[in-house]
Amino acid sequence: MTLKQTPLNAAHRAMGAKMVDFGGWDMPVNYGSQIDEHHQVRNDCGMFDVCHMRVVDAKGDGVRAFLRYLLANNADKLTLPGKALYSAMLRPDGGVIDDLIIYFMTEQWFRIVVNAGTADKDIAWMKQQAAAHAPQLAITSRDDLAMVAVQGPNARARVWQVLPQTKAATEGLQNFQAADCGEYFIARTGYTGEDGFEVMLLKSAVEAFWYALNQAGVKPIGLGARDTLRLEAGMNLYGQDMDESINPLEAGMAWTVDLKSPRDFIGKAALLANPPTRKLVGLVLLDRGVLRGHQQVHTAHGEGEITSGSFSPTLEKSIALARVPNGVQIGDTVQVAIRDKMLVAQVVKYPFARHGKGLI
Amino acid sequence: MSNSSNLPSNLKYTASHEWVRTEADGSISIGITDHAQELLGDMVFVEAPANGRKLKAKEECAVVESVKAAADVYAPVAGEVVAANSALDNAPESINSDPYGAWIFRMKPDNAADVAALMDAAAYQAVVDSEAH
Repeated sequence: MTLKQTPLNAAHRAMGAKMVDFGGWDMPVNYGSQIDEHHQVRNDCGMFDVCHMRVVDAKGDGVRAFLRYLLANNADKLTLPGKALYSAMLRPDGGVIDDLIIYFMTEQWFRIVVNAGTADKDIAWMKQQAAAHAPQLAITSRDDLAMVAVQGPNARARVWQVLPQTKAATEGLQNFQAADCGEYFIARTGYTGEDGFEVMLLKSAVEAFWYALNQAGVKPIGLGARDTLRLEAGMNLYGQDMDESINPLEAGMAWTVDLKSPRDFIGKAALLANPPTRKLVGLVLLDRGVLRGHQQVHTAHGEGEITSGSFSPTLEKSIALARVPNGVQIGDTVQVAIRDKMLVAQVVKYPFARHGKGLI
Repeated sequence: MSNSSNLPSNLKYTASHEWVRTEADGSISIGITDHAQELLGDMVFVEAPANGRKLKAKEECAVVESVKAAADVYAPVAGEVVAANSALDNAPESINSDPYGAWIFRMKPDNAADVAALMDAAAYQAVVDSEAH
């Protein structure tokens, strides 16, 4: 099978990236040391090729009402133009089709950013639901757009250095808010637990933008560090921490699921009928070793499973997200089966690190 | 991608990416090759076999873990474990910075001839090259 390439493929190779097959995409896993790249983002800033993610525009009258029904989080929370909302999109049985971000631009235009691996099925689902409930809407996959995430405490300043014309429109952005600057759509969002921007622009312009950022001192960061940064920040990874078989309330997403308002949405009835019996918690390994996805967790309340695990460069310990029975409490010790050993881990409240600092 | 691995000619190699050095006392030191550490990336944990453990050739006996993945290390020949490199407990990253200095464990081989029969650098390079295609 031929791997798909982003418009930055040649740039990655020129910058010495080690490329890997990431869900059918030929992507950089690192450009040297993944741990150095992780610290680079926590302490200064770095840039990520996220062109494989998909931008979808939903346009037309009644787009807000449609999203109110389509998504588990409530689009009515978005009152300020540009504001963004993280949400699950659920199946009728409550399983998670994808997690995504919607941006409220106008009452006729919401922008949606979805995961790479789920983009095609997401768009098919959105179009199917729109055909049934809001046929006047145009749901458009923006295959002409590329996206680069610039993350870290100095990220915004570096973007302004490269795109000074966008500074006026973006320096007042709150966290989780975007501005449409013509050629550039700039959002103060990310997947690292650091400040920064995600910049959407034409595919034809992205390579020049990437090199200009690099000239301004922004280092490229691979998917390896992207994963440890998001894990430390306690952010879910679709396909690992949740998928179509998982109730979002058992995936640490209760804060994004609005069950209190009278609003109906796809999956709501199933969630109300099936109260969660498990929950997602953080683990810190007390013994020596490395926690990994799918390792079994033995608790006083029954069995659980690690959904994402790795080594935390910030804490210099192994950390994980694990789905465990509801009775497990913060501070409990549990045992994790790693090869032929049972190692001791402590249950902690996550995130593990944000804004350059460990929180554990 | 470069596959011009750094392969000292005084060492022996295995298809599972271990290097083997015969020491003055007849014991052998075992580590992982530059190519293997390059594939795994930043090392964060090493688990060596216990002293005295008897190993068969190609038996799984140690584990190296990078941020990215865990990988088994295999006994290159039959023999008994005589030492573990405890310096790696606190500095697993030496496998990245000095793969041929950072031995993981030592064995006393049952038969020195088994060691002599392992691959030389050129044969191992051919294995690495074939994996690249």
